[in-house]
Amino acid sequence: MSAQIWTYLLVGVTFFIYIIIAIVARAGSTKEFYVAGGGVHPIVNGMATAADWMSAASFLSMAGLIAFMGFSGGQYLMGWTGGYVLLALLLAPYLRKFGKFTVPDFIGERYYSKNARLVALICALFISFTYVVGQMKGVGVAFARFLNVPFDTGVLIGIGIVFFYAVLGGMKGITYTQVAQFCVLIFAFTVPAIYISLQMTGNPIPQVGFGSKGIDGVYLLEKLNLLSQDLGFDAYTSIDKGNLVNMFFITGALMFGTAGLPHVIVRFFTVPRVKDARISAGWALLFIAILYTTAPAVAVFARTNIINTLSEKSYSEVPQWFTNWEKTGLLTFDDKNKDGIIQYVADTQINELTVDQDIIVLANPEIANLPPWVIGLVVAGGLAAALSTAAGLLLVISTSISHDLLKNYLRPDISEKNELYAARVAIAVAVVAAGLAGLNPPGFVAQVVALAFGLAASSFFPAIILGIFDKRMNKEGAITGMIVGIVFTASYIIYFKPQLGGPGLPENFWWGISPEGIGTLGMILNFIIALIVSRFTTAPPKEVQELTESIRTPRGSVSPKNNSH
Amino acid sequence: MTKKKSTYWKTNLKYLALLLIIWFTVSFLFGIVFAEYLNHFKLGGFPLGFWFAHQGAIYVFVILIFIYVYLMNKLDKKYDVDEV
Repeated sequence: MSAQIWTYLLVGVTFFIYIIIAIVARAGSTKEFYVAGGGVHPIVNGMATAADWMSAASFLSMAGLIAFMGFSGGQYLMGWTGGYVLLALLLAPYLRKFGKFTVPDFIGERYYSKNARLVALICALFISFTYVVGQMKGVGVAFARFLNVPFDTGVLIGIGIVFFYAVLGGMKGITYTQVAQFCVLIFAFTVPAIYISLQMTGNPIPQVGFGSKGIDGVYLLEKLNLLSQDLGFDAYTSIDKGNLVNMFFITGALMFGTAGLPHVIVRFFTVPRVKDARISAGWALLFIAILYTTAPAVAVFARTNIINTLSEKSYSEVPQWFTNWEKTGLLTFDDKNKDGIIQYVADTQINELTVDQDIIVLANPEIANLPPWVIGLVVAGGLAAALSTAAGLLLVISTSISHDLLKNYLRPDISEKNELYAARVAIAVAVVAAGLAGLNPPGFVAQVVALAFGLAASSFFPAIILGIFDKRMNKEGAITGMIVGIVFTASYIIYFKPQLGGPGLPENFWWGISPEGIGTLGMILNFIIALIVSRFTTAPPKEVQELTESIRTPRGSVSPKNNSH
Repeated sequence: MTKKKSTYWKTNLKYLALLLIIWFTVSFLFGIVFAEYLNHFKLGGFPLGFWFAHQGAIYVFVILIFIYVYLMNKLDKKYDVDEV
């Protein structure tokens, strides 16, 4: 069978499974819709969290990004995993004890202020929406390239599938679908990596393989370092000294941002007990780590393979996959010196080969000559990653609207049945809106993801941490802190992002910190301002201090309740 | 706050401080600040600083969470604040 048929088959089968799960696990109450009934086993929740977290970008783009960045790519690996330590130690157990549905719930009650809730609500909506648009685009790209349908049709199929299981199933349906999606995506990511690791080093474990000797007896990384240097690139493992401060700040912004992302935090409301929230974060990170420790190996294998198969080779003899990808425009050869040979070098004046980082994971099985079913599997995995993340984000959007905005702000007397109905309508509208935005993505979507992390790090993270660990923190401190953090971070990002129309130039970055890393500084500012302001204003009311006290011990935790009816 | 609860909370904070120092050390220090120096050492074919940034830090993160869970479950029982 050809790769094309395998792709149709595997994508079809996996989608069929997701839909069956959605029908079986559909939600019947707001509690099931928002937090899957609050009775999800920690390991199951860990898998769902992992699928929720690992997006199209983690699955499709990250390994490629690292392949071309070398050492500095570690910022994504550490940044997108380290936040789970913060979640497990500083947030998840306390928020679970607090026992509500959403992040704005916590901010609103802990800071006894409707305005604080509204600020949190707007942040949650903005962060989730920018994020989900990117996922819908990812779905469209993956469909378009592998099912040979136009991009628009790809996005529409994606909308249809997410619409079906998110609207029907709510958090309950999404959770169990995500478990299936996790299995698909992790299998799809590791199988080709194991194959290639065996091919290149004889070691079946990619994490060990890329630090082992190749078939020629030379350490793979040493070989790649030499190959890179021969072509004028920096050695793969060498440290970019001028970039260390920036790398430090980006790693921080991604970690603190992760721990402040509403669609991640809300997952810890779905487990039965405080101790389950702690261990569940551990399982989630373990499952995430499988992909995140395999990705750098894939990066090394792919970079080595590309240099070996293409550098100084005659263009007339390139393999079939090269021609296939050339058609997409993501791989280009421009024979500048007209010698018919591919010069792949660091010097852009002479270099003739451009490889888009997004094709590395998708093209890897072809480059390594793996059987056609593996290629189909990778496509199914990429779609699973994009769909699971999109669904989780859409749920946060719908919860924000039906629960935080409608029930707790505009119409507190709404009935359970109507709230559930509103949640379904909200998610349906959100799916369609995200899809339309994905169809016609504003050019800055990719750039806005930096904004999402920066804002999460500089707004939610400090507000939640202080709400738990500083009993004296009051609404004046927290709100001022959040506003200063957001305004500072957003201004810096917009000013220095040409894609957002900013006039700033990279040489004027403060201490060399790029917009991706500025969230760390915004977070520090937020902490400082909040602490100072709170000490000069009145202490929070007694019942709020008691609330802070009570979330610090696990006993007496109750399952989330929709308590105002 | 009762005395018992306050000791419970202080012990919790002590655990957190210890684990977060390790968290910071393996990632920000070993993986970034001192990576250059650590790259002089090898772990198999890996320069050590590179290994921490691309592999080691992540393994330590996972282990840290499970250690924390173990410590806290014990602490909850000791201070009789655990859930049924």
